[in-house]
Amino acid sequence: MTAIIAVLVEHRGADIAQPAFEALTLARTMGTPIAVWMGEQPSADAVAALGEYGAQEVRVLAIGDRARHPKTAGTALAAATGDAALVLMVSTFVNKEIATHLALATGAGVVVDAAGAEMVDGRIEAQQTVFAATWNVRTRINADRAIVALRPNTTKATPAATAGAAETVGVLAALPEMRETLVSVTPVTREEGVPLSEAAVVVSGGRGTSGDYTLVRELADVLGAAVGASRDATDEGWISHEHMVGQTGVTVTPALYVACGISGAVHHRGGMQASGTIVAVNIDPDAPIFEIADFGVVGDLNDVLPQAIAALKAARA
Amino acid sequence: MRIVVPVKFVPDLQSTRSFTEGTVTRTADDGTLNELDENAVEAALLIRESLPEGECEVFALTVGGADAVAAVRKALQLGVDHGVHVSDTAIAGSDVFGTATVLAAAVREIEKGGVLGEGGAVDLVITGMASLDGLTSMLPTALAAALGVAQLTLASRLEVTDGAATIVRHLPDAHETVTAALPALVSVTDEANKARYPNFKLIMAARSKPVTTWSLSDIGVDPVTVGAMAARTTVIDASPRPPRENRVVVTDKGEGGKELAAFLIERALA
Repeated sequence: MTAIIAVLVEHRGADIAQPAFEALTLARTMGTPIAVWMGEQPSADAVAALGEYGAQEVRVLAIGDRARHPKTAGTALAAATGDAALVLMVSTFVNKEIATHLALATGAGVVVDAAGAEMVDGRIEAQQTVFAATWNVRTRINADRAIVALRPNTTKATPAATAGAAETVGVLAALPEMRETLVSVTPVTREEGVPLSEAAVVVSGGRGTSGDYTLVRELADVLGAAVGASRDATDEGWISHEHMVGQTGVTVTPALYVACGISGAVHHRGGMQASGTIVAVNIDPDAPIFEIADFGVVGDLNDVLPQAIAALKAARA
Repeated sequence: MRIVVPVKFVPDLQSTRSFTEGTVTRTADDGTLNELDENAVEAALLIRESLPEGECEVFALTVGGADAVAAVRKALQLGVDHGVHVSDTAIAGSDVFGTATVLAAAVREIEKGGVLGEGGAVDLVITGMASLDGLTSMLPTALAAALGVAQLTLASRLEVTDGAATIVRHLPDAHETVTAALPALVSVTDEANKARYPNFKLIMAARSKPVTTWSLSDIGVDPVTVGAMAARTTVIDASPRPPRENRVVVTDKGEGGKELAAFLIERALA
């Protein structure tokens, strides 16, 4: 019998986020994948999609909005994953809180912001890149149970050769007393397209845009990219905080990262340095972003970007 | 009101950071107060300043080797009233749960009067959102659980009134408003406030403020429950990543955009 690897499914309403499929793909390399769905009931389509990526069961914790309470979510997840050697989830600020409560409930060891995980001699080992992606670290989980929170885009999601049974199983969990009261929840209107944290291509603008994101957005459209920003730009109010790439904002690991008018301060690099290919446009030849760029153009983005956009469009025509 | 701000000594972001035998290298030369903890100190000072003089005391608390006291010193320079440093060789290699155990025991010792000689409940523990070395963001949650108090984490806004704390959390899908009766643990983001700079007067005043130093036995923590042996995770390998190779930087002489497009097409990225 192989180990049971549970995956906490990241979803927004009925829509499953791509990193959930990445986690299921990774889970298949280590054992029998089980999906755990928390919140409202999943749709039949969602269950089928999880099956395509190998989920043998879809365990449903129908706890609605109480999933927003970190301790409640961690406790519920513990009830649904008692037989799992490893619980995988996506590395988000909220999931790190849930992982902590799950670990407190089960005694599991935790690695967050992981780039991958494998089973070695019956123990889980996870890889991370740290210090603004300048170091690789491998961590062994000593406890019998493991929790690994994965960064998006670190495993390529592929459907299973044979679909999993995706048998839906309701799980009842005894939920804890809450010391905190959720007074209000105001949904954030999401921009169309792939969320920044999951995007395969990101085009970001910083101080050099002077607040005009027209060219950044145009290049993002041509490349099918999500739009990011530096701390400078969000502090100026040029673009909303949700776009901030950096250590305290969104950490991205796309295949391609294009930094436009971003100097590359260490806070920013910490959020994007693990990207596949880094391209930078900046008017300052001494900008630190050029130290990590695979391809850099020293120049005014108001000259460089329109020409690049036109050339990319022409190449497609 | 008593507020405790746990602070961490971390390598300066601008320094060359590294690992030594599976843990982050920390030296007095390159170390500093974790920048995100400055927002926690600021939040505590703002609460103190909103109350009548003498009604609120702020403690900075750190766990770590001899050098770690520098983080407490910096907090004192910002205006914190009292400094506490828990230092014990048995703490080395602790994971987040071990660190939370030590911090919680130190908070309890402060409540018993370990610093002031006078007991009193700690109403608020305020932390930063993450430390800029490990960045796991797990400590606030683990510490709230270890203390058995309400968890109000990732606060972009914090308001403390009538024995309750209310925060706003900016999450990717929603903005939440969460409230809890004190005592509570609050973690603040770098959006919550703008940390002040120490001024000359505060720096001079900080020099004469004593820092209370405790060992594990002083705060009643069994050494086997913390440290590397109790850690649920162990770093088994750490190595610098090779620098990116074949990097190209061109200067735009009228063709920069075309060159950029050509690079993306050649690499099959567009």
